[in-house]
Amino acid sequence: MNLSNLSVGLSTYLLVGAMLFSLGLYGVFAKRNIIAILMSIELMLNAVNINFVAFNRFIWNQKIDVHYILTGHVAALFVIVVAAAEVAVGLALVITIYRNRQTTNVDEFNWLKW
Amino acid sequence: MVGTVVFFIFAIMAIAAAWGVVTSKNIVHSALYLVLSFFGIAVLYVLLNADYLAAVQLLIYTGAVSIMIIFAVMLTLRGEIRESNPENRSWGWGALVSFLVFIVIALVVLTNTDWRVLPTPWTSGGSAADLSLLLLTKFMIPFEAAAVLLTVALTGAVILAKGVKESK
Repeated sequence: MNLSNLSVGLSTYLLVGAMLFSLGLYGVFAKRNIIAILMSIELMLNAVNINFVAFNRFIWNQKIDVHYILTGHVAALFVIVVAAAEVAVGLALVITIYRNRQTTNVDEFNWLKW
Repeated sequence: MVGTVVFFIFAIMAIAAAWGVVTSKNIVHSALYLVLSFFGIAVLYVLLNADYLAAVQLLIYTGAVSIMIIFAVMLTLRGEIRESNPENRSWGWGALVSFLVFIVIALVVLTNTDWRVLPTPWTSGGSAADLSLLLLTKFMIPFEAAAVLLTVALTGAVILAKGVKESK
């Protein structure tokens, strides 16, 4: 570990992604409100996207076809698409549960417990 | 050099906003911090030559997803808003586990020296034209699958939130 890691290189971007991922993980573990948990999941997906794009920028193989160079961007784009679908269905579920139970607290979502 | 300064400003802004998302007691503040975090990440995409992804991030995340989250917050808000986003009983374990995960990732990132990084990073690409060429040729099947997924998910979301009238 030396100070040259602190210039904006691949490892700096990976560290930013790791910090965002850990904060999102903490939010998923620690929050009571289900909408806050969905927000934390969005943070984690964004951290993964930063990693995809950073790897695509700094590491590529000159021997492969030039059309495959942007594969990391395509992967990030699909992650964004799936995240949009996930947040739409997740918020619809939140609203349905709220209509039935009048709460958004995940500690009270215990229908399946016997 | 300007790129370095801009990177650190917006990376720190994104991380501080993410910290605000998970620590704020007021869930409306959490949602607004989330917008700020998405914006900082969009600037990081610009610095990584991913122009199209930066535009998509601004449109979909800071535009659509945040608006949907804020709508859901407003529709489900009850009681005192200052206490609307509490921690549960085992938040200390969550903090410990996520801190350990970060330490492990950081150790791996900082001790790995064999990334095979190019001496001069590749600087072109990332525009909508390049990406659409790739999406409509090599990745056409996943692209169509994503289209079907979005249609099904949005229809399902409408049915879930609105309910279906029972047919006789």
